Amino acid sequence: MNSTPYIKSKWRLLFLFVGLSFLYLPIIILMIYSFNSSRLVTVWKSFSFQWYEALIQDEEFLHAIYLTFSIGFFAASMSVIIGTLAAFVLTRFNRFRGYSIFSFSITAPMIMPEVITGLSLLLMFIAMSNGSHAFVQYLVTTFNIQEGHFLYPFLMQLDGFPNRGVITIWIAMVTFTSAYVTVIVRARLKETDLSIEEAALDLGATPFKVFIFITLPSLFPAILSGWLLAFTLTLDDIVISQFVAGPKSTTLPMLVFSSVRRGVNPKINALATIIVCVVSLCVFMAWYFMRRREKKLLKELRAMNAKS
Amino acid sequence: MAGFNTMRYVKNSRLKNIFRSRLSKIRFKGSSFVLAIPYIWLILFFIIPFLIIFKISFSEMVEGTMPPYTPIFSYEDGKLDISLNFNNYKAIFAGDDLGLDEFDDESEQENTETDSGLFSSVRNAYNSISDTLSDNLYLQGYWQSLKVAFVSTLCCLLIGYPLTWSIVHASPTMRSILLMLIILPSWTSFLIRVYAWMGLLSDTGFINQLLMFLHIIDEPIVMLHTPFAIYIGIVYSYLPFMIMPLYNAISRVDYAYIEASMDLGAKPMTTFFKVLLPLTKNGVIAGSMLVFIPAIGEFVIPELLGGPDTVLIGQLLWQDFFNNRDWPLASTIAVIMLMLVIIPIVWFFKTQRASEGKV
Repeated sequence: MNSTPYIKSKWRLLFLFVGLSFLYLPIIILMIYSFNSSRLVTVWKSFSFQWYEALIQDEEFLHAIYLTFSIGFFAASMSVIIGTLAAFVLTRFNRFRGYSIFSFSITAPMIMPEVITGLSLLLMFIAMSNGSHAFVQYLVTTFNIQEGHFLYPFLMQLDGFPNRGVITIWIAMVTFTSAYVTVIVRARLKETDLSIEEAALDLGATPFKVFIFITLPSLFPAILSGWLLAFTLTLDDIVISQFVAGPKSTTLPMLVFSSVRRGVNPKINALATIIVCVVSLCVFMAWYFMRRREKKLLKELRAMNAKS
Repeated sequence: MAGFNTMRYVKNSRLKNIFRSRLSKIRFKGSSFVLAIPYIWLILFFIIPFLIIFKISFSEMVEGTMPPYTPIFSYEDGKLDISLNFNNYKAIFAGDDLGLDEFDDESEQENTETDSGLFSSVRNAYNSISDTLSDNLYLQGYWQSLKVAFVSTLCCLLIGYPLTWSIVHASPTMRSILLMLIILPSWTSFLIRVYAWMGLLSDTGFINQLLMFLHIIDEPIVMLHTPFAIYIGIVYSYLPFMIMPLYNAISRVDYAYIEASMDLGAKPMTTFFKVLLPLTKNGVIAGSMLVFIPAIGEFVIPELLGGPDTVLIGQLLWQDFFNNRDWPLASTIAVIMLMLVIIPIVWFFKTQRASEGKV
């Protein structure tokens, strides 16, 4: 049911041409200059791979890439859990007390200015850390826990939790990205047909079983794209990470930002080229497979219609 | 026959109701656990942090201690003592103890030209607002941020609407390819896209070199570290956020309305303003809010592309927090920024709900 016609007009092509060149020319020029052998990014000298070699040999960069990818992986996994549960609550539950606060605060991090989110989370972490420190001190003094006590190592872990670093970045990223997951999964949940779940319930399946074997598989594409979005958002975030990060947890965007602040750097061009190529490949593949699946579904539907 | 159908319908709907109630009832037993995980997480890491920001905005900075601010609640001899301190708010609105006397008064010299009409009165009002604000760093920051966010949103809309319209009216295969091409840049790093413009806009950058090579200009135009660069950066980074809701809105328009309007003799312009634009109003609002709200607190783009004469409020917050370690003042800036964005945010959610209700 699509009534929008295909319009053949010069204007349309002009808009498309201007818009797409605005979006793509800067990236393409950036990629071309990553193969420049001159230290000055903007003056072309000759073709070379030297900046890629320099990038691979830079331990600081490699460590930051490793750190960012691991935070991204765990943050995306957790935010998929939180986001899916939240979407489920929003679409399937009866209205409960605090529903509007819940629905507002699950999606608000998406549009909230990042400086506010970052600052508020950092202040929260510091308050938590002071609280846990005071709690541990209280326990140590009142119960006279000394080194060697079986609770001692546990208390030392708890002392000042959460330490600013990987764990705080992880929490912040989960809070920030679960909003996006919720929106994606919620849209999918709204489209799904309740009758299959009802049938399963009617045939005696427990709600838990229904959720695992029927609801989750039908949500899988949405959950997967939510995971991917959360992952890339985590790889990309500077402002929130910078607020909540500790001294030893420099993620890739933070490293890039501090180096870019000092001016253009051909190594960053090389890194950008790699990122753009990898991301485009992934997105293109995902798009291609989704399209193929859609076409197959359409064909089956048509065949069914023709039969009946 | 009709009676039979009604009977069946009634029976069906009753059955469905029984199922529905069973479904929700069974869910409700185990549901507290499902509800608890996201709910506790949100309260802990979204609601309480805002209350803490609000609290700290009323305390005073202390140097050398950790955390570097005075407590608000103190509990002594069984008495709760609350000391609220409004100095931070005073500092922002009155601009005292900021040492901004050397703020230059160049802007006043430009007001000598005279022209009449609505345009000039708007411009005079604008000038008087910016004059009164120019002696206060923070109010100036808020004003600049609002201005930059507003103009960038307008530019995004002016570029995004025709572009989205062009995508919607492509052939179905092309439409999906084009949509992917629009989203693709936003999946790559945001920082890298801003960085790309640094290389393009600098004095020895690609644009200046090209223009000089073509002998259009003799000297490089200063573009990097100007307000122009900030606008470019924001429009470039946020354009996909404008296009997505617009695409949803425009592709859902029933084209019969457009055809009817054209058939009845309306000009394309009239059709656009009287039919297409009102029908896609929700998309326009959602897209504009998705650009406007984050742009107000933007830090990375003005920091990399902007210059010293346009300091946005996000940068001021950052400086006060990281460089001056004045946490209470940074919190106050955040609280006031929140007040500024809360109306657009509520508006955004309202239109979202309205468009959801329609579908």
